[in-house]
Amino acid sequence: MLTAVRAEWTKQRTVAGPGLLLLAAAVGTIALSAAASAAVNCPGVGCPADPAESSLTGVLLGQTVIAVLAVLMIGTEYSTGMIGCTLIAIPRRWQVLVAKAVVLVVPVLLAGGLAVLGSLVAGWLLLPGAGWQPGTANIGFPALAIGNGPTVRAAVGSVLYLALIALFSLGIATIVRSSAAAIGIVLGVLFVFPILAAVVTDPDWQRHLKQIAPSTAGLAIQSTTGLDYLPISPWAGLGVLGLWAAGALVVGAAVLQWRDV
Amino acid sequence: MTSPGSTFLERSAVSPAGDSLGGFGSLLHAEWTKFRTVRSWVVGMVLAAVVLIALGVLLGSANRSTYSAGPGTEEIIGHPYVPIGPGGEAVTDSFQFVHQQLDGDGSITARIAELTGGRLASGPQGPAGPPPVDEQLPTGNATPWAKAGLIMKADAAQGSAYVAIMVTGEHGVRMQDNFTGDIAGPAVGDPQWLRLTRTGDSVTGSVSSDGTEWATVGVVEPGLPADVLAGMLVAAPFQETVTQQFGGGGTVTGGPTIATATVDSLALQGDWIGPWNGETVGEDLDSERLAGIVGFREAAGTFTVVGAGDIAPVAGGSGTPIERALVGGFAALTIVAVLGVLFITTEYRRGMVRTTFTASPQRGRVLAAKVIVIGGVTFVVGVIAVAITVPISTRLLEANGNFVYPISLATELRLIVGTALVMALSAVLALAIGTILRRSAMAIAVVVVLVVLPYILATAAVLPAGPSEWLLRITPAAAFSVQQTPLAYPQVDGAYLPAFGFYPLGPFAGLLVLCAYAAVALGIAWVLLRRRDV
Repeated sequence: MLTAVRAEWTKQRTVAGPGLLLLAAAVGTIALSAAASAAVNCPGVGCPADPAESSLTGVLLGQTVIAVLAVLMIGTEYSTGMIGCTLIAIPRRWQVLVAKAVVLVVPVLLAGGLAVLGSLVAGWLLLPGAGWQPGTANIGFPALAIGNGPTVRAAVGSVLYLALIALFSLGIATIVRSSAAAIGIVLGVLFVFPILAAVVTDPDWQRHLKQIAPSTAGLAIQSTTGLDYLPISPWAGLGVLGLWAAGALVVGAAVLQWRDV
Repeated sequence: MTSPGSTFLERSAVSPAGDSLGGFGSLLHAEWTKFRTVRSWVVGMVLAAVVLIALGVLLGSANRSTYSAGPGTEEIIGHPYVPIGPGGEAVTDSFQFVHQQLDGDGSITARIAELTGGRLASGPQGPAGPPPVDEQLPTGNATPWAKAGLIMKADAAQGSAYVAIMVTGEHGVRMQDNFTGDIAGPAVGDPQWLRLTRTGDSVTGSVSSDGTEWATVGVVEPGLPADVLAGMLVAAPFQETVTQQFGGGGTVTGGPTIATATVDSLALQGDWIGPWNGETVGEDLDSERLAGIVGFREAAGTFTVVGAGDIAPVAGGSGTPIERALVGGFAALTIVAVLGVLFITTEYRRGMVRTTFTASPQRGRVLAAKVIVIGGVTFVVGVIAVAITVPISTRLLEANGNFVYPISLATELRLIVGTALVMALSAVLALAIGTILRRSAMAIAVVVVLVVLPYILATAAVLPAGPSEWLLRITPAAAFSVQQTPLAYPQVDGAYLPAFGFYPLGPFAGLLVLCAYAAVALGIAWVLLRRRDV
C-alpha cells in the first residue's frame, strides 16, 4: 500500500501540471472571494448577507480547478495508456484508487487551506468597507473574527468541501475513464443543480433539490447566519457531499476491480 | 473511445463533395464525417437534447401553483385571473373609472387641480369601526406612477382597448394606450389641463397649462369600437422596493397605495350619454380594504376621485416566464462544451491532427470547417430540443395551475433560435479554447467557468444587483438575455433584477457579447495553429 502511495506521489510531483493547478485553485479562490467581498454591500443592521459566505464565494471557482486536477489524475493515465503499467505493478487495483485518493487529498487540503485563509483575510480587510462595522449586533463584522465558532466551521468546512469535490471527481473519472467526459459530468452536477433549484418555485421541490445536490448541500457549511432557514444543516450538508464522493469512489473501485482496465 | 482514423482518412480522400470552394467542400465533408462516425459524440449530442427536454418536463411537473379565491375558501390548483391586453400580453387593469358612454366622435376636457396620495393607513382599526374615509386618505405627494386623467375605453372589462392621457405622481403628463403604449408629454406647470379628442379611429391627446393654449402629446389608433366608455381614471400602483437578496431571490418592501384626484372644469363635446357612473374596474384588487374608500363624488362641478390599482402591462410577478423551462440548457451547454473541445483535442491526443494538416495544409480552413460542423450540428440539435421543450413545458405548467406569460410568435422564435445560438456559440468557443489549450479537461472547465459560473454568481449567489448586472454585461453569460421573455417597461416600476430573470443587456446585444468572446478565442486559436508545430 505504501508502495502504491509512493508511486502515485512520484507521478504527481514529477510533472508540472498538478502543482500549477493547485496554485491556480488557490489564486482563483482568493481572487473571486476578494472580488465578492468588495462587491457585496450591507446597508445597515438587519441586512441578510452572510459575511462568511460572502468572503468564501471563491470556492465556487476553486472547486472547478480542483475538479480538473482530480479528473486528470486518473484520466491522463487512461489517455496515455499508463493505466496498464500501473495496474500490472499494483494488481490489487483498489489500492491504486486509495493511493490516488491519498495523494490527491493531502495537497488539496493544503492548497484549500491556503485559499480559504487568503479569502478570509481578504474578507476581513474588505467587508468593513461594505457596511459590516464592528459592533452591529446581529450579523456584525465580528462574525468573521478568527475564533468565532461558526466562522471557523465555515472555513474548515470549505477546505473539507474542496477535498470532497476532489474525491468525487476522482471517482467519476475512474468510472468513465475519460477526462473530458468526467469533467463534463462533475461540472454539470455541480452547476446545474443550483440553477435548477433557483427556477423551481415549488418550495418542497426546491428544498429537496438543495438537500441532495452536492454543491448546494455541501456549501451549507459556509452559512453562519439564518441557519434555521437552511434547507439542510451545515454538517449534514457536507455529509451529503461526502456520500456523493463515497458513492463515486466505491463505484469507481468496483468497476476498476472488475473491468478489463 | 473509438479509433476511426483510417476510415475517415479514406472518406475524406474520396470525398464526393464538390471542390467549388477550392476544396473547402471536401474539408467540410471530412469534418462532418469525423463527427458523425464517433459514436460517443453522436450519443452526447442526443443526450444534450434529451437532458434539455427532460429538465423542461421536470420543471413543468414540479412547479405547482395554488390559490384560494378568498378567505375561508379552499386552496385550488390555479392562479388568480390575469387579464390579457389587446396586444396579447399580461396586464394589470384595476383602477377607478368614472364614465359616461360616448357614441362616435367627441372630446373630453378637464383640469386636474390636485393629485395627492401615498400608502393607505393600515393596521388595526379603532373599536368604533373604521375612521371616516376622509381621514384615511393620505394627503402627501402621490406615488411616482399614481395616475389621474381622462380615458376612453372599449368597455369596463379588464384588458379591453383604451387610450388615456394622465397626470402622474412624478413622471409628468403621459399619454398611454393599450397598456404598452406610452408617450411622455411636454412639461407644463400645475395645474394641468388634459383633453382627449376622438376623430374616427384616431384619438388625440393634448395638454395645456391654462386651458386655452394646447400642445398635442400624441395621436394614436387604439382600435376602439364606435361606442366607448369615456371619462376619468385614477390609479395608484403597488409601491414596491425590491432588493436582490443574498443567495438569489429578492426582498419586497412596500405595499398598496391610493391616490386622490380633484378634477374640475369638465367639458364634453359629442354624443355623450350620462349620468356619471363610478366603477372599480377589476374588483378583485384588494377589494375588501378599499371598499368604501375608492369611488367618486361631485360637488358644484368639482369631482373628487379616489382610486387604487394600475392600468399597465405586467412586468414580472407571480407568473412563470417560459424560459425557466429551458433550465436544462445549462446541462446541455456543458455537454456541448465537452463535444466542442473534444472535436479538436481528440485529434491532438490521437496524433490524427498530423494527418489532418497534411491533407489540408491550410490550417485556418480546417478550423473554419470544424467551426461550421460543430456549430451547425449544435444549432440544429438545439433548435429541435428547445422547440419540443417550450410547448410541452407550457402545457405542463398550465396544467399545474401556473400562469405562463403569453408570448408572441416572434418572441417564441427568438427564444428557440436564440437558445440554440447560445449553445452553438458555446460549442464554437469550446472548440477555440480546446485548440488554444490542446487539453480537454482544462478547456472544458474554462468554458463552463466563462459561461455558466457568471450566471450562477449573478442570479443565485451573494452578489447584490449592481455587480450582478455587470457580470451579465461583460461575461459570455450575457448571452442568456436572448431568453428573457418578460419585458422591462419604463412606465412600470418593477423589480428588473438578474435574480428575477431581467438582464441588463437586450437579447441581441447579449448574444453579441458571446459572439465577441467566441471570435476572439477563434482568432487566437487561428494564430496559434499557424505558428505552432502542430
